[in-house]
Amino acid sequence: MSLHVENLGVARGGRPVLEAVSFDCAPGEALVLRGPNGVGKTTLLRTLAGLQPAMSGDITLPEDSSAYASHADGIKAQLSVTENLAFWAAVHGGALDEGVLADFDLAALRSRPAGTLSAGQKRRLGLARLGVIGRSVLFLDEPTVSLDGAAVKMFADWLRDRHLGQGGIAVIATHIDLGLEAPTLDLSPYVAAPDAGGGSDEAFL
Amino acid sequence: MSPPPTRVAAATRPSCEGRGVDPARAANRSRAAPGSARAPDRGRPVIALLKRDLALAVRAGGGFGLGLAFFLIVVVLVPFGVGPQAEVLARIAPGILWVAALLSALLSLDRIFALDFEDGALPLLATSPLPLEAVALVKGLAHWITTGLPLTLAAPALGFLLNLDPAAYAFLLVSLAVGTPALSMIGTFGAALTVGLRRGGLLMSLLVLPLYIPTLIFGAEAVRRGADGASAATALVLQGGITLGTVALLPFATAAALRVNLR
Amino acid sequence: MSVWEYANPKKFIATTTPVLPWVMGGAAVTLTIGLVWGFFFTPDDYRQGSTVKIFYLHVPAAMMAINIWVMMLVTSLIWLIRRHHVSALAAKAAAPIGIVMTLIALFTGAVWGQPMWGTWWAWDPRLTSFLILFLFYLGYMALWTAIEDDDTAADLTSVLCLVGSVFALLSRYAVNFWNQGLHQGASLSLDAEENVADVFWYPALVCIAGFVLLSVGLVILRTQTEIRLRRARALQARMTG
Repeated sequence: MSLHVENLGVARGGRPVLEAVSFDCAPGEALVLRGPNGVGKTTLLRTLAGLQPAMSGDITLPEDSSAYASHADGIKAQLSVTENLAFWAAVHGGALDEGVLADFDLAALRSRPAGTLSAGQKRRLGLARLGVIGRSVLFLDEPTVSLDGAAVKMFADWLRDRHLGQGGIAVIATHIDLGLEAPTLDLSPYVAAPDAGGGSDEAFL
Repeated sequence: MSPPPTRVAAATRPSCEGRGVDPARAANRSRAAPGSARAPDRGRPVIALLKRDLALAVRAGGGFGLGLAFFLIVVVLVPFGVGPQAEVLARIAPGILWVAALLSALLSLDRIFALDFEDGALPLLATSPLPLEAVALVKGLAHWITTGLPLTLAAPALGFLLNLDPAAYAFLLVSLAVGTPALSMIGTFGAALTVGLRRGGLLMSLLVLPLYIPTLIFGAEAVRRGADGASAATALVLQGGITLGTVALLPFATAAALRVNLR
Repeated sequence: MSVWEYANPKKFIATTTPVLPWVMGGAAVTLTIGLVWGFFFTPDDYRQGSTVKIFYLHVPAAMMAINIWVMMLVTSLIWLIRRHHVSALAAKAAAPIGIVMTLIALFTGAVWGQPMWGTWWAWDPRLTSFLILFLFYLGYMALWTAIEDDDTAADLTSVLCLVGSVFALLSRYAVNFWNQGLHQGASLSLDAEENVADVFWYPALVCIAGFVLLSVGLVILRTQTEIRLRRARALQARMTG
């Protein structure tokens, strides 16, 4: 159960953005992605999660083991907190683990419709989804957007103790320090050259 | 193809070695570890998605109600257009009821994927163990339960308004029951094609309505033949064939379109 | 040497450019011969009079309307399977030509139908099928224009073309079931006894050849235009970084 990325090239809208990205993550390890806006963090994470095809290179990870999370977290305003979580648990073949509500301080809000939550509470609910789906490789795109300091710590604690501590893997694009003992990968050196090949326009140039 | 840039030195490869699992911390957790084996129950995610979509349709309002109201209004408008003569209405009733049902089904199509696309649920579903083909099938089924089924049940009542031949009621019910699932499946495909577009609704109508033609022809023909006392079996069988074909094959096209739109 | 070599945009343009004037010239010559022969040097039909001569436009246009859709189906499949850009662009380029052919078939059908059936439009199965084909072309072209990303548009229109082909065929038979129609049988089937006489048949063949050449030439021309437009966009995208 490890993540192995070799010489990965990714494209956004058919144009190469990153190339020759390589890294490894063993169980229990996290990797923080850094780089200026537009460098391709989201594209890389979406490619790793299998939402878009890689332009080149290899991604090795066990089948059906990864999950993707961005700030759009698929929370339905009309469903309650527990209904939202129970749905994602069931889609992944499991049941709602009540402990997750405590981890993200949602226990008091459990029967509130998600539409009545504050932005920060909604984000906590979105992140709590990661705790109920039982996936071991998480690709997280700016997971702490609109969280306050206490909530960031809550999430970091969950990630360290409940996920990485249990042998999980996380690749995180974030601009704040989560307090994880994780190596950082700056993506700036991997930006694709302006004349990089492999894009969908290549045949026309 | 340009050669890979040499500035990306192999030495920059990060490795996360040195931080293994803390056995003490892992031991005092009784909860399931991430990735621990789960029974591969294929039915459970499908049921969960169906239940969620139905719950959303009921709670968000408009799921059942708007389509039915639209159906009623279209049928009520027709006599104002063609005149109140009972024999004229009886003659065109099968076609009007079918066209009105088809338009009502069309009305709610753009909600099938658009809401899940906007709030990010669609990429999450795409990375879940549920295949997108199954998502497409469940979405079509949910759409049929919230629109096709109510339309089928309401149609006989509207048949009275149009002076439908008494012999045709059974055929109206059966042909709508057999044909509306095809409308939902075709519509789901159209919704998947246009899900990423800002004003996809109008375009979707343009794409979906021509695909509705065979279903409409066989559906209305079955009712018309029923009213004339002729055999409607051929029309119903052909319509059933279309429905089975769309249920069996269109989810693959729908899933392909969704994958492209999620890229 | 593989046939897929011609799927390279530059190779396609380089290969087709010298051929194009010959195709277009051939189309002009055959169409002139065929139409003049058909209009002025064939006898009037004993039943239909001189109105029958619109058949020299009607039948070839109708054939090309269908053939171009089939060509789009094939090129869409090639795009989906082998990801050759030229293939997708050829499908995109062919659609407007197909829709014009459909319109010619519909219009000449109406002009022919007026003296024959006493009405400009009848919901005859064949005419109706072409009206439905027109709607399919319309939807296909609308989807191309609605999507900004070239590859996404190519993928989605290809899927639509596949599904649409199945439903177009279904509609064709459904329409037969719905109305038996007034239309005469196939004009040019090889085995039928009702087939037209040789005096009409030879100029018709020349006209068909002319329409085929014209369509092929227009598809090549428009595909070249699409390739150049795509190239311009690609260069612009690279320059703006």
